[in-house]
Order: sequence, then C-alpha cells, then structure tokens
Amino acid sequence: MLRVARLIAAKDLRIELRSRVVTNQVLPFAAIVMVMFAFAFNTDSVVQKVAPGLVWLATLFSLLTLVQRSFAVETADGATDALRGAGVDPAGIFLGKAIALAAQLAVLELVLLFTAVVLYSAEFRLSGLVLLVTTFVAATCGLALVGTLYGGLAAGVRGRETLLPLLLLPVVAPVLIGATRATEAALGTGGAVVADGWSWVGLLTVFVALFGVGGTLAFGPLIEE
Amino acid sequence: METVVHLSNAVAVLGRFPVLAGVDLEVAKGEIVLLQGPNGAGKTSLLRLCAGLLPLVRGEAIVLGCDLMTDRDGVRKRVGLLGHANGLYADLTVTENVRFWGSTVGASVAEVDAAMQRMGLAKRLAKVPVNRLSAGQRRRTALACLVARRAELWLLDEPHAGLDANGRDELDTTLREATNAGATIIVASHELERAGALATRLVEVVGGQTRERSL
Repeated sequence: MLRVARLIAAKDLRIELRSRVVTNQVLPFAAIVMVMFAFAFNTDSVVQKVAPGLVWLATLFSLLTLVQRSFAVETADGATDALRGAGVDPAGIFLGKAIALAAQLAVLELVLLFTAVVLYSAEFRLSGLVLLVTTFVAATCGLALVGTLYGGLAAGVRGRETLLPLLLLPVVAPVLIGATRATEAALGTGGAVVADGWSWVGLLTVFVALFGVGGTLAFGPLIEE
Repeated sequence: METVVHLSNAVAVLGRFPVLAGVDLEVAKGEIVLLQGPNGAGKTSLLRLCAGLLPLVRGEAIVLGCDLMTDRDGVRKRVGLLGHANGLYADLTVTENVRFWGSTVGASVAEVDAAMQRMGLAKRLAKVPVNRLSAGQRRRTALACLVARRAELWLLDEPHAGLDANGRDELDTTLREATNAGATIIVASHELERAGALATRLVEVVGGQTRERSL
C-alpha cells in the first residue's frame, strides 16, 4: 500500500510541476479571494479580527479547485479505470492522492498566511508558533483526506463540478471551525490565548483519524463500478 | 494448448440490465480472437468481464487460472484492458507514463526500457509529453504500458479507431509481435477486414451471447 501511495503521490506532484496549475491558477485565485475579503470588510480592525477565518475560507475555496484538478487528470484519458483494471491497491491510490494534495495545500496555506500578515496586518507571535504549525499540519491532512475521498466519489458522476462543493463544504465545516479557532489562539486574535487552541487541534486530529481510516477503507468500493 | 480464458454460461449484469446472457468462450494461449457484433451486443462487457471489472453473476469464468467469482483482483493484475481511452497522463512524457504503469507491478528500469524498445518508443518519442503525440503514438504508448505491466492477456476494444493507415499497420505488427512473445489477445472490433486479417479466430457476439464463426 505504501509503495503504491508513494508512486501515486510522486506522479501527481510531477504532473503539477509540469502543468503548474497550482502556481499559475490556484495561488492567484486564492490571493484574489484574500484581496476581495479585504475590500468587503474595509475596516482594518475587522479584517485583523477575522483574518484566521479568511485564511481558512480561502483555503477551502482553493481546495475545491485542487480536488477537481487532482481527479481531472485521472478521468481525462480513463486512467482511473486503468488503475482499477490494473488491480492497483485503492488504499494506496487514496493515500497517494491525499499526500500530493496535502503538499499542494501546504504551499497554498503558507502563501495565504503570509498574505494575511501583510494584507490584514495579522499579528504573528512566537509563543504560538508550535500551535500554529500543529494546526496547519492537522488541518492540511484533514482537508487532503476528505478532499480525496469526496473527489473520488464525485469523479465518476455527471455534474461533478457542481456536486463536489455541495458534498465537500458541509463535511469540512469542522475543519474550518477548528482550524480557525486554533489559528486565532496561536495568533492571539481578539485576546485568545495559546492554551485555548489545543482542544481545537484535538478536534482536527480526530477528524484526520476518522477520514484517514474511513477513506482508506471506503475508497476501493467508491471507485468500483 | 494452455487455456487462458474459459467462460461457460457466464452471466453479467450492469446495474439491473443483463449485458451477458450465458456466454461461452474458450481462448488458448497465443491466440488472437476477434469479437464482432453490432453496437450494444455485449463485446465491451465481455472484455470487461474477462478483465475482472464486471462482476460475474452466474456461470463459470476462469481467466489465467483465476476464478472470476472469487478472485477478480488476481485477474486484474495479469490482464491489460485497453478501451476507447488510453489511460495515459497527458502532462507526463512517454517514458514517465510507461515507467509509472510498470512500477505498479514492480517492473525494473530494464523492463520498462525493453517495453519502449519493443513499441518503437525508445528513441525520438521517449521524452515527448503525451499531449504532443498523435493518436497512433498514444496507442503505442498505451500498449507499451501493457507490456511494462507484464499483461499476459490483452483485451483491446476497437484498437484501430482513430488511427491512420500507418498507425493501423504499426498496431497490427505490434499485436503479432506480442503474441509471438507469449501474449494472448482478444480484440473487439467492427472492422472485420482489418482485424480479421490479424485474428486466428472469429467469435460473434449478439444479444449478450457468443457464436463461433469462420473467418
């Protein structure tokens, strides 16, 4: 399973390096969303206060594009069918695609966080660094796992472009809430303290475990006929 | 002669619709069997059943020694199905595609190189991205992937579709070489003249059932 996961992840990341969809399309899209938020909230104090939530909202919107892209490369020339036909371990496919998606999300989130600090004057404090890193790792894993699972579910369905947001966004609500609260605690937004954030990291960890195990088991039957 | 495919009264359904209604088929190692019949007759379903992609509902089906009722995964690893799509990644080069599919069965670099050599892809086309290839070159790349995957039974659905005269000739040569190297091939095609010249046997598929015909 791990050998297949490594193979799929390497293939997906190589395709991304060649096509540069993340760098040329998803990153600019996410940056534009951040700028639009700044226009919409027009007051510095408000933007500063909601900056963590805006970072994660922009991440979720970009996640939809990344997931669509991740499965578009599989379905374009029937590769999903070929993978099933070749008896490639579906659990390995699931983990491999989730790893590649997590790597792309990580780059995206770094850019978004940097944009929030520059654009929204969000404060960054060293005491919250461990919490901030842990939150980003846990939330990224959670989003990548659930994105891959639902991407696989929607990939073979007609109208998948509109179906995916409908399925995915309600499911990732716990990640949005948990990651936003933990990031607020890490950055000290609105007087929050670092200790407040760890319980939210706990929620994110449970989410990761749930979708990690569930996705690994369910992905095979999901992509079967 | 070693039997590669043995189907006896095999029944398969797609959703609630019966697509194969008691199929009988025997294919020996090294044969090229042509499946012919009208659209919707069950040719593609028969190929997908042999590939382990369509579940067997009733009857007996043994492919490469694996019982399709109990061991579909065992069949999948040893069979190569090439349908209307090629299963290639457009942004990757020919070599990267063949290497990827070879790696799914743990093929060595030498095996991948040999597969590309056999399909005439080793030199000029090796580093070309698949999205810049012609339809015939894509087909050859897909076949190289089957070789690299060590597929023992090739199941080809309309393999000549979309190819020009040169591409068709190249494909026929490739298929003959593959059988000489030990592969067994089942081809579903509407083109009796072209595929008939290639085949060793003709099987007609009508209404989800098979009938042996003379070439």
